[in-house]
Amino acid sequence: MSTDQTGHDGANTPQSAGSPGESGPEFLQLITPAGERISHPEFDFWVRDITDDQLCSLFEDMTVIRRIDVEATALQRQGELALWPPLLGQEAAQIGSGRSLRADDFVFSSYRENGVAYCRGVDLTDLLRVWRGNASGGWDPYSINMATPQIIIGAQTLHATGYAMGIQNDGADAVAVTYFGDGATSEGDVNEAMVFAASFQVPVVFFCTNNHWAISEPVRLQSHIQLADRATGFGIPSMRVDGNDVLAVMAATRLALDRARRGGGPTFIEAVSYRMGPHTTADDPTRYRDANELEDWAAKDPISRLAGLLERKGLLTAELQQQVKDKADTVAAQMRRGCTTMPDPSPMDIFKNVYSTPNSWLERQQDHYARYLASFVDPAGAVSEEGAR
Amino acid sequence: MTQLTFARAINAGLRKSLENDSKVILLGEDIGALGGVFRVTDGLQKDFGTHRVVDTPLAESAIVGTAVGLAYRGYRPVVEIQFDGFIYPAFDQIVSQVAKLHYRTRGAVKMPITIRVPFGGGIGSPEHHSESPEAYFTHTSGLRVVTVANPQDAYTVIQQAIACNDPVLYFEPKRRYHDKGEVDENADPASALPMDKARVLTDGSDVTLVAYGPLVKTALDAASAAADEGISIEVIDLRSLAPVDYEPVVASVRKTGRLVVTHEAAQSGGLGAEVAASITERCFYHLEAAPVRVTGFDIPYPYSKLEMHHLPGLDRILDGVDRALGRPNSLSGLEG
Ligand SMILES: Cc1ncc(C[n+]2csc(CCOP(=O)(O)OP(=O)(O)O)c2C)c(N)n1
Repeated sequence: MSTDQTGHDGANTPQSAGSPGESGPEFLQLITPAGERISHPEFDFWVRDITDDQLCSLFEDMTVIRRIDVEATALQRQGELALWPPLLGQEAAQIGSGRSLRADDFVFSSYRENGVAYCRGVDLTDLLRVWRGNASGGWDPYSINMATPQIIIGAQTLHATGYAMGIQNDGADAVAVTYFGDGATSEGDVNEAMVFAASFQVPVVFFCTNNHWAISEPVRLQSHIQLADRATGFGIPSMRVDGNDVLAVMAATRLALDRARRGGGPTFIEAVSYRMGPHTTADDPTRYRDANELEDWAAKDPISRLAGLLERKGLLTAELQQQVKDKADTVAAQMRRGCTTMPDPSPMDIFKNVYSTPNSWLERQQDHYARYLASFVDPAGAVSEEGAR
Repeated sequence: MTQLTFARAINAGLRKSLENDSKVILLGEDIGALGGVFRVTDGLQKDFGTHRVVDTPLAESAIVGTAVGLAYRGYRPVVEIQFDGFIYPAFDQIVSQVAKLHYRTRGAVKMPITIRVPFGGGIGSPEHHSESPEAYFTHTSGLRVVTVANPQDAYTVIQQAIACNDPVLYFEPKRRYHDKGEVDENADPASALPMDKARVLTDGSDVTLVAYGPLVKTALDAASAAADEGISIEVIDLRSLAPVDYEPVVASVRKTGRLVVTHEAAQSGGLGAEVAASITERCFYHLEAAPVRVTGFDIPYPYSKLEMHHLPGLDRILDGVDRALGRPNSLSGLEG
């Protein structure tokens, strides 16, 4: 059935994710884990316009989304959210790419890209709606040009490719960007998306965040080669970048977007990062993950890395730090308020929007259920608990 | 006898099957070190090795498709689909390959594949995690579809399913995973009630109430609440959804004259429709009222804050019983 090379390397011992090809050619990096800016002959070009102010603003964004993430995790622990998928550790990948997009680009993401949603300008209450169990979709996709989060692994990559076919037909120069994980690269949908994208040479960017784990499964179980190399088999040019390096991510994303806008077709980006938290708040990573691995990755933290660079440049002033902290506090408080004051949906809402035109079958069921609920109304007019048992 | 939860009972059944037959092999996402997201396979990889309990890449079509190949090769694969809503990428392999290979090869190739699917709602999950997709599969000839409603059945039926030479979809009522019950681990699955038989759980004379999987408990609760009002309900746990064992249902309806069927899945085209139609055909002159369905609505599974409105609860089932009995109910006075 399996050989020890396929990732089945002994059961029940905490594992290390390994990384296909991590020993092989490294990835694109512009900031070292120590915060040193290193130059790159090709990629410096793509971030040459980033000013000191913009660096500080990237630092702020990353700090804010970490704070949003931590706050949401706390809200889950306090019973205000049913579930939350943490992005802790993936801030550079999300901000570096998210801040590279144009307003008319369109994002198709998984459930973990809440930092990208922040970049798109999502209303923070909308961000939590789904996770609180109050709605199936938190926002109108057209309001921020971002589809609502996808749970079916990889399905969104086909949607992005189709959207990109539409952009191409329309002769526009927008780009569809799709986010997914390392595990998703195994799904049929993702592979079919790459076939279509390459065949039609459509403007789509496949942004794969290799955070090393698909719930309990290490990345080497999904792939024997670097994920970036998978794309080349479909005829899609790819890049492997340090996903904890916000500038490297930005450079790669900008290059890919530029290629797509000029009619150069799809690009695949593998952003090598790490999921520092659990898969979701319902997960227990201690069952499968080695604590040492976590430590190694903590040393590569995307935020402290950028802070290191700012420090070297003399930009990490107490004033900046205070300002960033204040912003994060404000945003978190606003999100918490939005969450705890969100009104509960009303029972008859479950029948809304099943069809865009009325449907007699459903109207009948709706009518019957309304009568059923009404049978519990006490003389004071309140529906008793019984009705919702 | 030991007290086991559903999850532990299935785990024990899987363990027995792995021990008894070296051709049994488990495949799925996260079933190894993690023990599955519901811990149903907890400890099995540790004890049987990575060749028997295989963590697969994230590819449902491949999980089922490779199980087909393993079955060709004489294995008895047991695959786990992590949640009901993730079975659809594998749908083609299940309905076009798994279901038809025996027929297509004129009996030469057996497909003793068990597909375990945690199904149903009530656990406050986001979308795609609470669905009841059984009707898609009961509509496909060549598949057996079963579900369990108590830990003892969970334990024996999983072994019967694995031992069966036909492909079996084994639906696990996920909101009952932590419910406990007596399990006789020495019970011989070969001499236990076969998995394709229904079971009458309570003796009643006024109404026959058919349920399966997660709603069996709710149906029993409804029956005891009704008993307080002097209504006598015969609860039948269908157990097998394909094929349905109609004999006990027919016998019961001939006695009670009234039928209520309940399930979480949407109403239209659901199993309740099939049961109501079959019973009407077979018991037309014994029925004193039209069969009643109490089901989920014809809507996508709703967000968790409202799921209790979609799921048939005790009161909604009792309202259905009142309809069958012609007692005052929420639809009284409404025609058609
Ligand atoms: C089709 C499908 N199969 C299984 C699942 C259950 N599931 C949810 S997340 C996940 C792991 C995904 O890993 P990866 O693609 O690496 O993304 P990450 O969560 O690490 O960001 C799995 C198996 C699902 N949501 N959809």
